[in-house]
Amino acid sequence: MLSIRNIVKQYAGHTALNDVSLEVKSGQIFGLLGPNGAGKTSLIRIITQITGPDSGEIFFNGEKLNQSHIERMGYLPEERGLYKKMEIGEQMIYLARLKGLSRDEATKRLKVWFAKLGMETWWKMKIEELSKGMQQKAQFVATVLHEPDLIILDEPFSGFDPVNAEIIKNEILDLNKKGATILFSTHQMESVEELCDAIVLINKSKKILEGPLKDIKGAYRNDVYLVEYEGKQLSLNGAAPFEVIEEIAGEDNLHTIKVKLKGGSTSNDILQYLIPKTRVNMLKEVIPSMNEIFIEKVSKIA
Amino acid sequence: MNKILLIIQREYITRVRKRAFIIMTLTVPALFALMFAVIALVANQKDETKHVVYVIDNSGAFERRFRNSQFIKYVYPHKSVSDAKKDLKSDDDLVLNIPANTKDTVELSSKKKTTLSLADNIQGQMNDIATGAGMVKAGIDTASLHKIKSNVIIKSTEITSTGEQGTNIGATYALSFAGAILIYMSLFIYGAQVMRGVIEEKTNRIIEVIVSSVKPFQLMMGKIIGVGLVGLTQFVLWISLSAGISYIIGGNTSPANTALHSFLHNLGSNAGYELFCFLFYWITGFLFYSALFAAVGSAVDSETETQQFMFPITLPLLFTYILSVSYLFTVPDSPLSVWLSIIPLSAPVAMMMRIPYNPPLWQLGISMALMIVGFIFTTYIAARIYRVGILMYGKKASYKELAKWFFYKE
Repeated sequence: MLSIRNIVKQYAGHTALNDVSLEVKSGQIFGLLGPNGAGKTSLIRIITQITGPDSGEIFFNGEKLNQSHIERMGYLPEERGLYKKMEIGEQMIYLARLKGLSRDEATKRLKVWFAKLGMETWWKMKIEELSKGMQQKAQFVATVLHEPDLIILDEPFSGFDPVNAEIIKNEILDLNKKGATILFSTHQMESVEELCDAIVLINKSKKILEGPLKDIKGAYRNDVYLVEYEGKQLSLNGAAPFEVIEEIAGEDNLHTIKVKLKGGSTSNDILQYLIPKTRVNMLKEVIPSMNEIFIEKVSKIA
Repeated sequence: MNKILLIIQREYITRVRKRAFIIMTLTVPALFALMFAVIALVANQKDETKHVVYVIDNSGAFERRFRNSQFIKYVYPHKSVSDAKKDLKSDDDLVLNIPANTKDTVELSSKKKTTLSLADNIQGQMNDIATGAGMVKAGIDTASLHKIKSNVIIKSTEITSTGEQGTNIGATYALSFAGAILIYMSLFIYGAQVMRGVIEEKTNRIIEVIVSSVKPFQLMMGKIIGVGLVGLTQFVLWISLSAGISYIIGGNTSPANTALHSFLHNLGSNAGYELFCFLFYWITGFLFYSALFAAVGSAVDSETETQQFMFPITLPLLFTYILSVSYLFTVPDSPLSVWLSIIPLSAPVAMMMRIPYNPPLWQLGISMALMIVGFIFTTYIAARIYRVGILMYGKKASYKELAKWFFYKE
């Protein structure tokens, strides 16, 4: 769907993107991650053709990126903004027409969206009369009204209360189900784990990690398990197939420990070792969260 | 292209719908109408009170020689001045004390302040009488002199290649001067509107949404053209409303309307020429300057930061405007005047001031050609700064910075 190849973008004094390549497959929800100032916005602006790269190429559905693709993308920038003095209905129609929709078609679709999100009464209101959350909602609608193939969302959940964030999340999933590819930039790692199929991590203008979320998390498995057992606290000796990293909670009868397997052993070995000694309530592999991966990757480089 | 039209449409409609626009559009013709009404009122208002002038003639030369008019009656009471003053019945009556030697001051006294027209009437009559008497004394036949005397009114004509044309210098001057001032003011008013529009989009942050749909150049041109059309609409409304109102108020016979009529008549064939020049310089001047204003707007984060860039942009125009009456009107063909009317920075005002003096066609041609080249040039420069500036926040823009932006690749 979107193939970004060797993009370099330099501004006077610094390099915003240094040889960044990535592939977004059709129908994916793709997470674009990175600390502040990593170059995410620069990359998004190149994809949306607001600026051009110094070198490198972008292909949209196999075609070299050009003006005609603009109408097939929808972009919600991190810094939201609408014309304050304009009526919301009129403004949405204007923005949709700039994306190539006819006035009638825009009006029709807008009515559907407004009904769906409970915004019917807003039509004649001016943006400045709306709360910030309401403005965000309106802007989300403006982003997707022309039914783009590629939806680029920069921090889509910021500014929403949990209820509205959930509504928007479901809309995003719904759009994705209907075939839209979603490129999604955020700092909220929980939403990445929840939504994304694949991610790319950019730091200091370079790509440092890329791939399907599952694979990445798999690669970061480090044989750490959480064990909860009942009974007397065990004293462990060198014969155990694991080392205790952390004693998490120790009540009279209930103990939780975090353990790391010794080389060559498996989770079954843990059980085999423990079962004769105590009653195991739970054994669970600790897979690092995206948050941990993010921090580890970024701070390693810094 | 279609998208530029959409932008123009939005810029135009949101501005025309604004209360400020409607108020401005209505108040200016209203003020104009008020002005005409006052002129008409003043012109119509004649002194209709009746005055009796008691003439105390110590010289004997004026006795019974004043002509009575509809409102002024002259009587000769043969009293002393102080008695006559005491005997004044009405506040509108006056005592005219003529001393024995007419070279001394003639004194006109009344209880109320004398109106100027009354004093004029008396003074005029006295002068006529005194000259007449002098002529008679010198042996000149005043009756035949009167026959010879005719009213001379100067009609100025110009010799042009098409023959002599009757023109009224005053009317063409007034029109071109008004045109120059209008251009000067509206370049600032509408240029500033373009700039404010750009700043608004930038601070609102809607800019990123818009430029992900259209090219920055399209947005900039759409805004400039939209605001320009608002300006033209305002002019057209002002002129037609003013004309309409003054026609309704004045009717056909009022002095104000005949003044307007003769004004338009006097412009004659020049009106079309002047109007064309006005529109040409307004449009090209507006395109020239508003592109620069748009670039300034894109470079700053708020209106207060515009000062450092505004000053050098407005200076040439301000300079020309200051020179307009004192210099351009008095020496319209001096080298400085010619240069000012050719350089696009000052041409819209300077050339308008020179129009009534019929500058050589080649100068007009160069000036117009340069205006077109000029606005294409400023638009090109502005667009290159604009496309970068609109996405730059929190960076204090300096001229060096702007130059860097100019050379950025797409």
